[in-house]
Amino acid sequence: MSTPAVIFIVGFLAATLRVATPLIYGTLGELFCERAGILNLGIEGTMFLGAFVGFAVGYHSGSLWLGVAIAAVAGMVSGLLMSLLAVRFGVNQHVAGLGITMLWTGVSLFSFRLIFGESKVQPSVDPFPQISLFGDTPIIGTIFTQYLLTYIGILLVPLVWWIINRTRFGLQIRAVGENPEAADAAGLNVYAIRTYALMIGGALMAVGGAFLSLASVGAFTFGIVAGRGWVCIALIIFANWRAISVLWGALIFGGVQALQLRLQTLGLKLPYELFLSLPYLVTILALSIAGRNAAAPSALLKPYRRE
Amino acid sequence: MSKFRIERAPAPMWVRPLIPFIAIPVTFLLTSALVLAAGANPLEAYYHFLISPLSNSYSAIEVLVKSTPLLLTGAAVAFAFNAGYWNIGAEGQLYAGAIMATFIGITLNNVSPFVGIPAMIVGGFVAGMLWALVPALLKVKLNIDEVVTTLLLNSVVLFVTSFLLNGAWRDPISMWPQSPEIDPGTVFIKLIPRTRLHLGFLLALVVIVIEWFVLTRTSFGLKMRAIGYSREGARFAGIKVNRTMLTVALVSGGIAGLAGAGEVAGIHFHLIDALSDGLGYSGIVIATLGGLNPFGVGLAALFVGLIDTGAQSVSRALGVPVYLGDVVQSTLLLVTLSLFLLNNYRIRKVEA
Amino acid sequence: MHIVQMRGIVKRFGDLIANDHVDFELESGEIHALLGENGAGKTTLMRILYGLYHADEGNILVNDQPVAIHTPKDAIAAGIGMVTQHFTLVPTLTVAENLALGEKGSLTLDIKQVERSVAEASKRFGIPVKPDVLVRHLSVGERQRVEILKALYRNAQVLILDEPTAVLVPQEVDVLFEALKRLQYSGLSVIFISHKLHEVMDLCNRITVLRDGKAVGTVHKNDTSTKQLATMMVGRESFGVTRQEQRVQGEVLVTIKNMCAEDKKGLPALRNINLEVHAGEILGIAGVSGNGQAELSAILCGMQKPSSGQIMVEGQDLTGAEADVICATGIGRIPEDRHANLVGELSVAENLVLDHLQDYVKNGILERNKIQQQAGKLIKDFQIKAKPRDRLRTLSGGNMQKVMLARTLSREPRVVIVSQPTRGLDVGATDYVRSQLLEQRKRGAAVLMISEDLDEIIALSDRIAVIYEGEIVGIIPNSEATPEKLGLMMSGSNIEKRKQEKKRVQV
Repeated sequence: MSTPAVIFIVGFLAATLRVATPLIYGTLGELFCERAGILNLGIEGTMFLGAFVGFAVGYHSGSLWLGVAIAAVAGMVSGLLMSLLAVRFGVNQHVAGLGITMLWTGVSLFSFRLIFGESKVQPSVDPFPQISLFGDTPIIGTIFTQYLLTYIGILLVPLVWWIINRTRFGLQIRAVGENPEAADAAGLNVYAIRTYALMIGGALMAVGGAFLSLASVGAFTFGIVAGRGWVCIALIIFANWRAISVLWGALIFGGVQALQLRLQTLGLKLPYELFLSLPYLVTILALSIAGRNAAAPSALLKPYRRE
Repeated sequence: MSKFRIERAPAPMWVRPLIPFIAIPVTFLLTSALVLAAGANPLEAYYHFLISPLSNSYSAIEVLVKSTPLLLTGAAVAFAFNAGYWNIGAEGQLYAGAIMATFIGITLNNVSPFVGIPAMIVGGFVAGMLWALVPALLKVKLNIDEVVTTLLLNSVVLFVTSFLLNGAWRDPISMWPQSPEIDPGTVFIKLIPRTRLHLGFLLALVVIVIEWFVLTRTSFGLKMRAIGYSREGARFAGIKVNRTMLTVALVSGGIAGLAGAGEVAGIHFHLIDALSDGLGYSGIVIATLGGLNPFGVGLAALFVGLIDTGAQSVSRALGVPVYLGDVVQSTLLLVTLSLFLLNNYRIRKVEA
Repeated sequence: MHIVQMRGIVKRFGDLIANDHVDFELESGEIHALLGENGAGKTTLMRILYGLYHADEGNILVNDQPVAIHTPKDAIAAGIGMVTQHFTLVPTLTVAENLALGEKGSLTLDIKQVERSVAEASKRFGIPVKPDVLVRHLSVGERQRVEILKALYRNAQVLILDEPTAVLVPQEVDVLFEALKRLQYSGLSVIFISHKLHEVMDLCNRITVLRDGKAVGTVHKNDTSTKQLATMMVGRESFGVTRQEQRVQGEVLVTIKNMCAEDKKGLPALRNINLEVHAGEILGIAGVSGNGQAELSAILCGMQKPSSGQIMVEGQDLTGAEADVICATGIGRIPEDRHANLVGELSVAENLVLDHLQDYVKNGILERNKIQQQAGKLIKDFQIKAKPRDRLRTLSGGNMQKVMLARTLSREPRVVIVSQPTRGLDVGATDYVRSQLLEQRKRGAAVLMISEDLDEIIALSDRIAVIYEGEIVGIIPNSEATPEKLGLMMSGSNIEKRKQEKKRVQV
């Protein structure tokens, strides 16, 4: 194989991992929510909030990790709000989720203006460094020169699988997502378990957003999330609500985008919008073929209320 | 002695319409934290928010201008929600209408307004319907959740717009990503000279009235409400659920498409990327605030239009970031949603 | 010694009083029946004891100590377990996972270890289950066993069973009763909710009868008879509605030929159903719950499609017709689940015309005055306690059923399909509904009535077809029908015998 081709492929694979990272966090976060029976359309806004909070804290404290941590806390607050609306009050989950997305988008933009003013110069931070796992080893070394958050994200996939399938808490999440009446009769607190799931989910989504501002970009821009939350909603369906499949889905979706970016930098004239649309179109196609309810948790979208 | 007890039972009918009016002060109370954070006096801020836009005719008319697309997206969403079709795609359907209107506007040349304007209206409506078609068919034929599909298509339409603006329709002179201007014969006439208030506003009011009539006075409306409340109950009563729902979904898309056509033909005169910036999502806020009732939707759209205009006047007068408007709008939505729960309770006097 | 005492329990649902100052005492080591008609408040009382509902008034003592039971968790902690009518198992989890669900313990879940201890408990309590099977692969009877084991696994001292036999075939009932008696012997106290007199007399030591939300009395088995219990349950000797003597049968209006159908899980639910209903008769379909009645009703109402066979109504082929087609033919349908088949958020008036809107529409526009007038008339004719503009959901079950009846019967249908017509209704409403059905018969309509209430079947039907595991196992005229004979047929005994004979012949 010729060298330019190798360079291209290596660069493509490395970029795929980078692009996939926020999708992994976001989708794993959504996975917690949906397995517990809540469709959280607040994801887009929660990622945006995470990107903003992470950046603002990182910028002012000088510690990017503190930014990530506070972003996670903000994500939990977002999960708590969704829980109040969708779990406690039992309101329509679609509308509540969209409302939360609009709220956090507004709050983030408002606060950003308040803190950073309307300066012409975009405030920025030195983003996280990339860490090379295999040193100068050709190919592998280049591919695995990534942000620590990327490695953590990949490791989170088996961890989340383990939590959902092999722990008591995971069993409880699955139970409240499939049959909350049964969980209640078994003495579980359905509200509490759904709330925890939403908070964990919110934290993961927000970290995904913080990755964008603190690692990928090093700044907070208004278009920073740009529909990635909706991609995660699509990915969940694509992954059939399974943790491990989330990784493959995120890599495929990330790969499509990375390929488009690579090809663009090569100066190829491509309708890149088509590439960007692909994840959405593929999901709709997958839905049409598999049909809904393939493996969706049975109690998804159904508020639980005791008489 | 008598005591009062709160119990879970349907509240009296008059509670429901009151809820949005309780929600407004609650929302302002909640959001005043952000106003204080911005170093402004909340009372002053809300004066600029609610009163000053109405204090002179220019900005009052501007409120109506802002409300025009909101009336339509709100009506579109409310129509679908009434039949239990969760159309989250008004944003996308709006863009589809805008793209079609732009296409008509730049294709026609020196056309008479009597041809051009109806063409824009019909084109916008049809394009909105077309963009709503796939999710509607998937819902009706395969029972695939329309929320996800309509939501995802919102993102796709943005790419289509961007594709057109960076390609075929890029302004040949400025090279900006915006389409060439539409033909003057396709521009919506002004309702009041030297303002931005255009035919679209009138169109929106007509749509609201028709929607009210259909929902409350026709058998189609009764059927779609029956479906919205209980799909099984409607089916049992011999209503053709799928056919009705398909029609509702397409009409809903069409109304949203009108909003897009109106923005192109009445305000911008060309297609731009940021044509909507969430007007479709605001439609969901408005439909919810209006309790899915067309006249409620009308009031809610005017109110949200006021908030949008007011946010700019707060920003100008007090230096509070203009995004306060978005925060107020979304908080209002969440508060109203929560307060609708009051519907499920009533206070009862018990003799002790 | 009393293991459970409930004192002065009051529970209201809106205007309805489900429990009206009910006292209930359970002695340690007894099997105690809670007997009453549907809607008498039995389940409500027990859901309060298990923490699924909150009592508006009253208190609960366990082992003579007052306890506050707010959630099932509290009930479980107090040693109370309940098997509800709708099983509370998670179908996508295994038996062992379902049993581990409420357990506290380490963060991680050693599922193999749980499976071992479940297997051990299964042996100890004499309730056979397979720990590693997904619940969705189990039959109803097996699921019930899992439910019972689940309660025992959590050290329940008191086991509440809500109508456990409704979903079982007679053989399974025998097995269940044996197991319960064995468990009683080893010290378990059982509360057995039922409306079936002979079961209660079979199994229980003491019986508390509930009627209209009030406790009528508690009697010892040895001091009572089924007749006395029946009197306590309904508050009078017999039903007020009786069928007039046999009439001459008219022409055949409904013919069902070789019809088969599957249930929601794709398993056979109806096998080769052949039925004819004549003008001027009520054909009763008797059977234990879950033997294909739901599917039969759904198909005849146009809500489900048969997998094969043919349905002819008045010479018209309606096989696999959708609800809108059935509706257009004017067949009267009164389904089992009125909540799902009316529209609660629409007004009474709108519900009353919803299935024949075409009569109230001119050029697509509703004739609102005509609708209101019709509603006023039907409300008067059918004694519905409501105003035309009331939301339907605010009505009581009996009034909802009257709305369904009024909507259906006001069109004077030639054919009426009706399923569980009086389930959950009070005595007055029951009598009313039954007399209306007899009225249809008198008018010359062909009525197909599915009911799990044997008394109702015998009181109303001219001919009785018995359904067992989706098959019609026999059709007998009313004159030959006795509860014993029908009970035997409903238990499938003659079909089982036939199968064995067939086997013997083959051998």
